Amino acid sequence: MHLFNKTINYQNPSAEGYYGDFGGAYIPEMLYGNVETLKKQYLEIMQDPAFQEEFHALLKDYVGRPTPLFYAERLSKEIGANIYLKREDLCHTGAHKINNTIGQILLAQRLGKTKIIAETGAGQHGVATATVCALKGMECVVYMGEKDIERQAPNVARMKMLGATVVPATSGSKTLKDATNEAIRAWINEPSETHYIIGSVVGPHPYPDMVARFQSVISDEMRKQLKEKTGSELPTHVVACVGGGSNAAGAFYHFLNEETVELVAVEAAGHGVHSGMSAATTQLGKPGILHGSKSILMQTADGQVVEPHSISAGLDYPGIGPLHAFLYESKRGTFTSATDEEALDWAFHLSKIEGIIPALETAHAFAVLPRLNLKATDNVIVCLSGRGDKDLATYMQAMETKKY
Amino acid sequence: MSRLSALFQKQSTRVLNVYCTAGFPNLNSTLEVMESLQANGANIIELGMPYSDPLADGEVIQSSGNVAIENGMTIEVLFDQLKTMRQTIHIPVVLMGYMNPILQYGLEDFCKKAKAVGVDALILPDLPLYEFEHLYGKTIQEHGLDFVFLVTPETPEDRLRKLDALSTGFLYAVSSSATTGKDKDFSKVALYLQKLQAMQLKNPVLVGFGIKDKDTFNAVCTYSNGAIIGSAYINALSKGNSVSETTAQFLKEVLN
Repeated sequence: MHLFNKTINYQNPSAEGYYGDFGGAYIPEMLYGNVETLKKQYLEIMQDPAFQEEFHALLKDYVGRPTPLFYAERLSKEIGANIYLKREDLCHTGAHKINNTIGQILLAQRLGKTKIIAETGAGQHGVATATVCALKGMECVVYMGEKDIERQAPNVARMKMLGATVVPATSGSKTLKDATNEAIRAWINEPSETHYIIGSVVGPHPYPDMVARFQSVISDEMRKQLKEKTGSELPTHVVACVGGGSNAAGAFYHFLNEETVELVAVEAAGHGVHSGMSAATTQLGKPGILHGSKSILMQTADGQVVEPHSISAGLDYPGIGPLHAFLYESKRGTFTSATDEEALDWAFHLSKIEGIIPALETAHAFAVLPRLNLKATDNVIVCLSGRGDKDLATYMQAMETKKY
Repeated sequence: MSRLSALFQKQSTRVLNVYCTAGFPNLNSTLEVMESLQANGANIIELGMPYSDPLADGEVIQSSGNVAIENGMTIEVLFDQLKTMRQTIHIPVVLMGYMNPILQYGLEDFCKKAKAVGVDALILPDLPLYEFEHLYGKTIQEHGLDFVFLVTPETPEDRLRKLDALSTGFLYAVSSSATTGKDKDFSKVALYLQKLQAMQLKNPVLVGFGIKDKDTFNAVCTYSNGAIIGSAYINALSKGNSVSETTAQFLKEVLN
């Protein structure tokens, strides 16, 4: 069991964006104006009733919210606890990512911005950003690692079809971390007319808090839906996969200050936590600074950021949002991990017993269920963050080479 | 008096600060590059500590950093190389880098060793005002190192005054909001620099970002105490064969 500290409000960072020692805005002065404007205005804009109305109307009519909370009967029986699935995979564009991009595009409009930039790894956030830019008629440029562009051709095509320009990030390791560097640089080079839509609860303050708030619609709905089904708003466990941590932040958000709810964050162990091919940031990382905030970070002894590995591009990030670093350090969150192979096994297993093909990222969250020592009376919500269409190539390959 | 103060007391115009990456082009070329810069007219050396994710830098400086990291450059190796630096280098040396490698090394230890080998100041673009004041600045100041803040045309006046008050050595005026190695519109830059001049700042002002040759150097020197050249020199080093010949040729073209 975690040690719960009642004096801490886990939802709100300090005025300067700190969750304990983690967070802040470690940005060069060239970004100060843009970040400061955002910092001063995001809460006011987000709390404006007109904004809330427009945001929730789009979530309802465009995204398809509320997403169902589904009681997974066969899975529950097998695990020996009540397992509920929060169906973010049913969102428009196939994952929770669009909750945040809808929020940020409306915010960008109110800030008078005319151009959107974004980074993407597997392309899910890129697609969600290109989608809302098409919806609102804004110019969209997505930075994507050169290697990821090769690996994720269908999502590159989707972004292009939606009218976005996809710019290959050719620096460093040519993956998500470098796409993020390139997007930040692009923002530095043309700051006044451009808004940068970060896709996860990472980056300088106020991004981690802002993205968590946009994604918090997930746990807001969970509470209401669970109450309808069980009479109680509070589950015993909420389980979510964590790369940067946006679906987990959204799924945990309205339970952060509920001490009876165990928050389980599942990182990608890759070939195994200590295999040298892993993305289990809290297990392998140390406190450090990347992409504008202080958090936990996979790095060499000399402080160079290392390239992680996960079969799922969405978890393949060397850092973790500062909120999660704080949940880890304060022991409010239970951090665990699942390997590539376990994720694949569970992607196939969930498909067969519940008729839901999950994204590879999401499959990690299911893989830890048998290890949580659950009781028959436990009510567990798993955040089913995305659907598996984008991973079909990997799944097809797995069917050829393995037992599935 | 600090080396930087002494320099600016002696020379208030056309101060040339040249950036080079530690461990580039070769692991052990650091001192050779610095000596060549000094011998050919540089007034300050800004020595970059390579980092895998240098947000404020453009492609040219990032790739020189990657080469340096592959060459085996680390903070520890660098301090070892700099142990004998002050036997030959008499001009001010400013270390430029990013927070993460320094935090891993240990800020206190880092400052102690930097001071011990004769480093004069630090430029850490991802250490902003709030974090400097509340978390890290005291350690840097206690070890007698100057700290140079960056300011941009978008920095509001009250913040600019605060950054000037906290800076020692000089103030680094970014010519426009951009990463290093980009071309600039110099008529706008001139207006900005005139505004800075009118503010009567405590520190001398050196202008960086987009300064690449004689013309751009002369253009900004009209309205400032000098300038910083980075990417253009790294480019020259990447293409040239001998460090000393490349440096001599490069600085001759800038200064004459």
